[in-house]
Amino acid sequence: MSTVNPPVAFTQDELGWVSWIDPLPETGLTERHYAGLVDRARAKSEYFRLLVRDPEVLEARTKTDKDIFYNVTDGLPRAERELAAAATSRYNGCIYCASVHARFASTYSKRRDDVQRLLDEGVKADLGERWNAIVKASVALAATPIAFGPDNIAELRRAGLDDAEIVDVINGASFFNWANRLMLSLGEPSK
Amino acid sequence: MATPDIIDTLAGIEPGSALDAIRARRLQARENAQKSYLSLFAPIDASDFSLAERAAVAAFVTGLHGESPVAAFYRDKLAANADGARLSEAIDAEIARGRTSGPYGSYPAGPLSVENTAGLIYRVSAAGKPALGARLAAALEHAHLLVFRQRDAASDDMKALLAAGWSATGIVTFSQLVAFLSFQLRVVSGLRTLAAASA
Repeated sequence: MSTVNPPVAFTQDELGWVSWIDPLPETGLTERHYAGLVDRARAKSEYFRLLVRDPEVLEARTKTDKDIFYNVTDGLPRAERELAAAATSRYNGCIYCASVHARFASTYSKRRDDVQRLLDEGVKADLGERWNAIVKASVALAATPIAFGPDNIAELRRAGLDDAEIVDVINGASFFNWANRLMLSLGEPSK
Repeated sequence: MATPDIIDTLAGIEPGSALDAIRARRLQARENAQKSYLSLFAPIDASDFSLAERAAVAAFVTGLHGESPVAAFYRDKLAANADGARLSEAIDAEIARGRTSGPYGSYPAGPLSVENTAGLIYRVSAAGKPALGARLAAALEHAHLLVFRQRDAASDDMKALLAAGWSATGIVTFSQLVAFLSFQLRVVSGLRTLAAASA
């Protein structure tokens, strides 16, 4: 624990993550745990070895996550799903989640500078009509009470999104209200 | 046969509707959001986090988001639980005390400190503690943090849960439950809004 060096700003750099409670030891994992991890390589990650204390929930969560973000046979481009994840994480304050999904948004959109402005300036940064509509919708969904309304739908439609793409925004942004709360509360990022 | 899809039920999505067809394009996500719900509320092992505690935390978390079909669903689930029904009144009182607007909280000291926002640091009422017990009182306080001021979370919050009798495994499932509900509430709200805008 003495080596933790928490970042104090949002970044696209790669960060580590350190658990505040004990993950399961890799040597003690059973087939039930590996089913929960979905990808066996995730046994190397402290975060997933912590969540695998409840393997059934982790397995279902992981498969939900993968389909929402990686199933790009139709619907919203991957870059904009990652934008919704990064914007949600920026607004909720999850420096770790924002770093991962800002990097993905940059990779898939080739708009690294715009993504960096989202991190530096926050969710009010002007990123053009289409990205602004996605960021604003993500922020409205993240607020408690939830502030998402017909105006968000109208803005997304004006920006060119059809209903299936809007559902991808809703799913991607909503999922990060799940992810952010785990990452922020069970441990902390480290540079 | 299969339990009806909980998100479809709460969002009012009818079989054969436009949104039913759109959700079917993300079948793995739809099926696993359902499996997440079932593994949290009908788990194979509830020894670290009882079903009554799960229902009480769910009623509290969804109630903090304001009135909605989701909040009504989990309030009814608590009332229907043999061990949980006696908690309903105390949970309703704590929801009323805990309602506020988020997210707020503090960042690590540095350039983000200008974004620090003060807000309610919720603690269970003295009147509520005897009915809830130490474990559930600690859980509600932590759930409130997760709902409204997640960026305030610190290692001491884990220690508070451990001190109140929560196991590490119980903390993981409890955190998943609050985080999952944060997702489910938003998907349902988003889909309902989209359906209304398309009507």
